[in-house]
Amino acid sequence: MMPLAAPINLLAALFLLVVFAMLWQRRLANLITIYAWQGTILTLSIALAAYATHSAHLYASACLNGLLKIVLVPALLRRLARRLDVQWDRESLVQVSTVMLIGLGLVIFAFNAALPIAAAGHGINRAIIGIALASILLSLLMMILRATALSQVIGFLAMENSLIFAATSVTYGMPMVIEFGIALDVIVGVFILGVFFFHIREQFDSLDIDRIERREESR
Amino acid sequence: MILLSMVLIPLAGAVLLGALGHRSAGLWCNIAVSAATLCAAGVMTARMLHDGPFTAWHHELFVDPLNVFLVDLTALVALSTAVFSRTYMRAEVRLGHLNPARLGVYHAMYQIFVFSMLLALISNNIGVLWIAMETATLSTALLVGLYRTPAGLEAAWKYFILCGVGIALALLGTIMVYFAAHSVLGAHRALLWTRLYGVRDRLNPAIMTIAFVFLIAGYGTKVGLVPFHAWLPDAHAEGPTPISAVLSGLLLNVALYAIVRFKALASAGTVTHWPGRLMIGFGLASVLFGAFSLGGQRDLKRLFSYSSIEHMGLATFAFGLGGPLATFAALLHMTAHSLTKSSVFFASGEVAQSEGTKDMDRITGIMNRNPALGWTFMGSALAILGTPPFGIFASEFLILVAALRRAPWSVPLLILALGVAFAAIFRRAQAMVFGSAAGPRIPTSPSLPVPLAHLLLVLVLGLAMPPLLAAWYTEAARLIAP
Repeated sequence: MMPLAAPINLLAALFLLVVFAMLWQRRLANLITIYAWQGTILTLSIALAAYATHSAHLYASACLNGLLKIVLVPALLRRLARRLDVQWDRESLVQVSTVMLIGLGLVIFAFNAALPIAAAGHGINRAIIGIALASILLSLLMMILRATALSQVIGFLAMENSLIFAATSVTYGMPMVIEFGIALDVIVGVFILGVFFFHIREQFDSLDIDRIERREESR
Repeated sequence: MILLSMVLIPLAGAVLLGALGHRSAGLWCNIAVSAATLCAAGVMTARMLHDGPFTAWHHELFVDPLNVFLVDLTALVALSTAVFSRTYMRAEVRLGHLNPARLGVYHAMYQIFVFSMLLALISNNIGVLWIAMETATLSTALLVGLYRTPAGLEAAWKYFILCGVGIALALLGTIMVYFAAHSVLGAHRALLWTRLYGVRDRLNPAIMTIAFVFLIAGYGTKVGLVPFHAWLPDAHAEGPTPISAVLSGLLLNVALYAIVRFKALASAGTVTHWPGRLMIGFGLASVLFGAFSLGGQRDLKRLFSYSSIEHMGLATFAFGLGGPLATFAALLHMTAHSLTKSSVFFASGEVAQSEGTKDMDRITGIMNRNPALGWTFMGSALAILGTPPFGIFASEFLILVAALRRAPWSVPLLILALGVAFAAIFRRAQAMVFGSAAGPRIPTSPSLPVPLAHLLLVLVLGLAMPPLLAAWYTEAARLIAP
C-alpha cells in the first residue's frame, strides 16, 4: 500500500462524481465550472502523487495541469460561450435517469475491464484504474449524447483529463516531454476549435450538430 | 543530424510560408521546401545504406528498414503534391473557390502536416509518435475546412471530433504500453521502440492485449478502418484535392505504420494471436464495406475515398495474417497504394476542376476533349483497381496467395470484394472517359506530368521491383513478423 492512499482514493471518487455531474448538466456555463472542478481534482491528485513519490517532474506536471485546466482552458471556454452567447441555453438531453443508468453500466464494465491491469500493478490503488477507465468511457458517452458543438468539445476535454488521470494513477505520469506535448496539442486544439465555432455559426446560424446534419440530409 | 534536419526543414518552411502569406512566391517556396525535405531524406537513405539502421539525438529519432521507405515515400509524395498544388491552387483562386488570403495558411499547414508525419515516422518514442499524429490531425482539420463552405466545415468538424476521440483512445493504449514496459525497462527508456523491441517477450501479455485494442481503435480511426471510417469520405471529398491526395496517400499509411509497430510488440508476448486476429477482422470488414459502398457513389472524390478504405483494409488484413509473405505484400501494397491513389486524386482533381463539378453523372467524354488527361485518368483508375502491369496487382496477388495459405476462408470474400470494386469503379471511369463529348476542349494542365510520373513509378513497382526496396521489405517483414 502506498502512502496517502486514503486521500488519493477520495480524490478518485470525487473525480468520478464530477464526471457524472457533467453528464446531466444542461447549461453550458455550469458545465464549464464543473470542468474547472475536474481540473482542480486532477491537479490535486497529481500533486499528492508527487508528494508521495517526491518526484520533481510530477510537481511540474501538477503546476502545468493546474495552470491549463483550472485557469486557462475554462477562461477560454467561458469567453467563447459569452461571445457566441450560448452560455445559458438549455440543452435538450436524453432523459437523465436513462443517462445515469447507462453511465452506471459503463462503470461496472470499466471496473471489470480494469481487473487484469490492476492485477499487474504493484502498490497502486486498484480501484483508481477502474475509475480512470470509467471516466474515459463516461466522457465518451457525454460526447455522444450532446448535440451542441461546444459541449461536445467539453466532453472531449473531460476525456483528456481522464486520460491524464489514468496516466498519473497507473504509472505516476508519463515523462515530462510527453506531457508537455499533450498539453500543447490540447491548447492548440481548443484555439482551432474556437475559430471553427465562429465559422460554423456564420454558415449554419447554429452550433447544434444535429441540425447541421439534418440540413445535410435534406439537401 | 540528418534525421533532425529532415524534420526541421518542413517546420522552418512552415514558418517561412506562413510569413510569406498569399504572395505567389509561396507557391514556389512550398515546392522548394518539399524538395529540400526530399533531398534530406535521400541523404538519410544513403547513410542508412552505408551504416545500417541508426539512431540520433539521444536515441529519440531512428531509422530502420520499416520506416526508411515510408519516409522516402512521404517526402516524395509531399514534393509531387506540392508541384501539383502550385497550378491547382492557383486555378482555385482564379475560379474564386478560395480566398487568396488563405493561401498562406494552406502552405504553412501543409508543411506542418509533412513535418508531423515525418516526425511520427522517425520518432523512436511512442509518446512523440502520438503527439505527431495529433499535430497531423490538427493541421489537416484546418486544411479540410479551408474552403469554409458549409459542407467543408461539417467535414472538418466530423474529422476533428472523430479523429480526436480516436487519438485519445490511442493515448490510453500508449499509456498502457508504458505501464507494461516501465516495470521492465525503467521510466526513462520505456517509451523507445528500440528498447521495447528488445524486451517484447517480457511485457505483460494481458496488459499488452488490452493496450492493443485501444491502439487499433485509436490509430485505426485515422487509417479509416470500418467502423471508425465515418470521417474519411467527407474529409476527402470536401477538402482541396492536393489534401485528399496526401490524406489518402500518406496520412493513412503513417497511422497504419503505428498500428503495425504496436502489433509487433503486442503479438510477441501473447500466446494467442489476438492482435493479428483483430487486424484481420477490421481489415476484412473495411475491404467488404469499402467495396460495397463504391456502387452508390455519385461524387468523384467520394468514390475514390471509399476505395481508400478498401485498400487500407486490405493492407491491414495482410498485416494481420502475419508471416513474411503477407507482411511483404502488405508493405508493397502500402507503397503502391500511396503512389497510385495520389495520382488518382491528381487526375480527378484536374477533371473536377475543369468541369466545375464532382458529380460523375455530369462528367463525360474526357477522352475526346483532352486525350492526355483522359488516358492519365483511365490509367490511374485501372492502376488502383489492380489491373496487371501495375504495382497494386502484384501486391494484391501476393496478399491473395498468402491468404490462401493462412486463412483460406477469407479468399472468396476478398475476391468478391475486389470484383465488386472493379465493376463499380470501372463502370464510372469508363462512362466519364469514353462517353460522348458534350463540352468544349479541356486545356492541358502543366501539372499533368505529376500523376504520370506516379503511374510510371507504380509500373516499375509492378514489373521490376528495385532489389533495394525488396530487401527493405524483407528486412522489415522479419522485424514485424518474426
